[in-house]
Amino acid sequence: MSTKQPELELLVARKYRHGFVTDIASDTVPPGLDEDVIRVISAKKNEPGFMLDWRLKAYRRWMRMTVPTWAHVHYPPIDYQAISYYSAPKQRGDGPKSLEEVDPKLLETYDKLGIPLHERARLAGVAVDAVFDSVSVATTFKERLAEAGVIFCPFSEAVQKHPQLVEKYIGTVVPIGDNFYAALNSAVFTDGSFVFVPKGVRCPMELSTYFRINASKTGQFERTLIVAEEGSHVSYLEGCTAPMRDENQLHAAVVELIALDDAEIKYSTVQNWYPGDENGVGGIYNFVTKRGDCRGRNSKISWTQVETGSAITWKYPSCILRGDGSVGEFHSVALANHRQQADTGTKMIHMGRNTSSTIISKGISAGHGQNAYRGLVKILPGADGARNHTQCDSLLMGPNCGAHTFPYVEVRNPTAIVEHEATTSKISDDQLFYCLQRGISAEDAVNMIVNGFCRQVFRELPMEFAVEAQNLLAVSLEGAVG
Amino acid sequence: MSDSGRMILEVRDLRVRAGERLILDGLSLAVRAGEVHAIMGPNGSGKSTLTGVLAGRPGYEVVSGSATYLGRDLLAMPPEERAREGLFLAFQYPVEIPGVNNVYLLKASLNALRKHRGEPELDAFEFLNLVRSRLTEMHMDESLLNRGVNEGFSGGEKKRNEILQMSLLQPTLALLDETDSGLDVDALREVAEGVNALRAPDRAIVLVTHYQRLLDHVVPDHVHVLAGGRIVTSGGRELALELDRRGYDWILEEAATA
Repeated sequence: MSTKQPELELLVARKYRHGFVTDIASDTVPPGLDEDVIRVISAKKNEPGFMLDWRLKAYRRWMRMTVPTWAHVHYPPIDYQAISYYSAPKQRGDGPKSLEEVDPKLLETYDKLGIPLHERARLAGVAVDAVFDSVSVATTFKERLAEAGVIFCPFSEAVQKHPQLVEKYIGTVVPIGDNFYAALNSAVFTDGSFVFVPKGVRCPMELSTYFRINASKTGQFERTLIVAEEGSHVSYLEGCTAPMRDENQLHAAVVELIALDDAEIKYSTVQNWYPGDENGVGGIYNFVTKRGDCRGRNSKISWTQVETGSAITWKYPSCILRGDGSVGEFHSVALANHRQQADTGTKMIHMGRNTSSTIISKGISAGHGQNAYRGLVKILPGADGARNHTQCDSLLMGPNCGAHTFPYVEVRNPTAIVEHEATTSKISDDQLFYCLQRGISAEDAVNMIVNGFCRQVFRELPMEFAVEAQNLLAVSLEGAVG
Repeated sequence: MSDSGRMILEVRDLRVRAGERLILDGLSLAVRAGEVHAIMGPNGSGKSTLTGVLAGRPGYEVVSGSATYLGRDLLAMPPEERAREGLFLAFQYPVEIPGVNNVYLLKASLNALRKHRGEPELDAFEFLNLVRSRLTEMHMDESLLNRGVNEGFSGGEKKRNEILQMSLLQPTLALLDETDSGLDVDALREVAEGVNALRAPDRAIVLVTHYQRLLDHVVPDHVHVLAGGRIVTSGGRELALELDRRGYDWILEEAATA
């Protein structure tokens, strides 16, 4: 009949909006990796001896390790000698002392991304650290945070100014030999954010870091370390974008969180690295190790992630529930459209008594996207009264995508209660027609239905970022299949 | 009866296929402003196909014939445009949309229509005031607003929710597809009140139903019997009562011998 079948395929094909390149002079180390390159990175950052030794130790470990192959993702072997491990915007003099000294082109880039770095422009009261390729270019609200005793600075600055804190905590959650990519990161990491919230302090504002890969043929290896002392509280958000390039670029980050007694860390990610085009050319390989250690009793670590970008996502933000009564949470929305591949999930390791964890995973597959949830719930013998609830939902859009679920449960304590629920659904023609019959466009209808599916996760995000996440999902779904 | 009303919907000799099967086979129908039409017929006679085709549900093929809505070629309009132009379908089986707030869908819907008409969109407060007043009129519970669309609604709640949407959107042409099915007596009366409240000189209502019990509460101006994909006989209210008494067989026999 003459009624046009809503072409969901057309809807899910909008273009990546952050794909521009900033034309800026940069100081880039030639491609290749050996001990000398690591010495160069360490020297450029003027690091103390312990840091270089640690890097070299990690490098030697990495040399003996092999690429993990267990994930449900496929890609050609990466030539680690073809990557440049350090790229920094050229700075006048010794680097910016204040925003006025930051290259205006850089500020323009962040404006384009909708991240104004000028403090007076930040009405929302969110402190921002901006990392461009390998270095942090600006951190806002430093003084106000310092008044509260909170340290929020680029990682390289923390190594200079707070070496004793860095040395005490770095690698204590993700050891250098933890996995192939973590070892590589430990050897060559360039920048990232460092957060320290002292005892009893409730961080007065949201902290956020925006990561931007700009230079070509470079990798980004940032490292983030957040320490929340006894009874403190902090909420942190990271956002990520990259230009559109035909090549694949490697992003191998490490994030370590440490929560002491009664402390709480909320860590949110809106990941929108360039996903490649609809044929799977280009895009970021996002191989990330994120782990939180609930070291103190009654501590809490909560991960929320919205993963819409990257050609391949390989990440499992996890919680080690060491302290008695500690709580771990993982809320995830992962989207795989076009040729994207996502293998993501979490590990909840219950060690302490009366520990509890919640896992809510929402996977959306469209186009030829492949989305896998991989999770481990492990209850150790000492974890009396441990509880876990896992809910794992998949939404399929179209006949060519895939959803996979790999839940692992290991219970070694008979008092544990572990629950797992899983569903797979698709956007039905009936749902779509219902919305159309109410005057709502097909595009808005798909967005509404997908957002409804993700609601449990979005409500965990800080308000302003929940809106951003919804919009991002809408953009990423353009061109998906019904 | 207000036969003098302007023509809202004119269906001429419509033949519609779903897959290999011809479901509507030369259906004609004229609906004018101010009228309430009841279309009755046995199961499988093509009642739901008729409302589906008019609303633009995918999966049907129009073989021949035409449908004109407010002077425009209805079948050439995409379904969302038909809705924005004031055509409303109350679904027989309203679908669940998990996680999407009912009030959110209602607001998106009303604002899509307002935008189409060049009227300003309502903000959250204005909308809530409006929807609350409608809820009170319909004796509906406000908790219905903040649940997922039709998610976990009882059969009666789903149908009432359709009527609530209809009363908010104030359609020019309302098609009700077996809205009376599966309702208990109280729900039926409330649904009927909602429909009656919508009767107006500038609006037309088409009720598709298997039984005549809804017609005790919503008295139609015209009753049509649909069988074998076409309207075999038309009459007034008394035709519905006769069908209720005698069933459909006699009319099918009459149609076959005519």
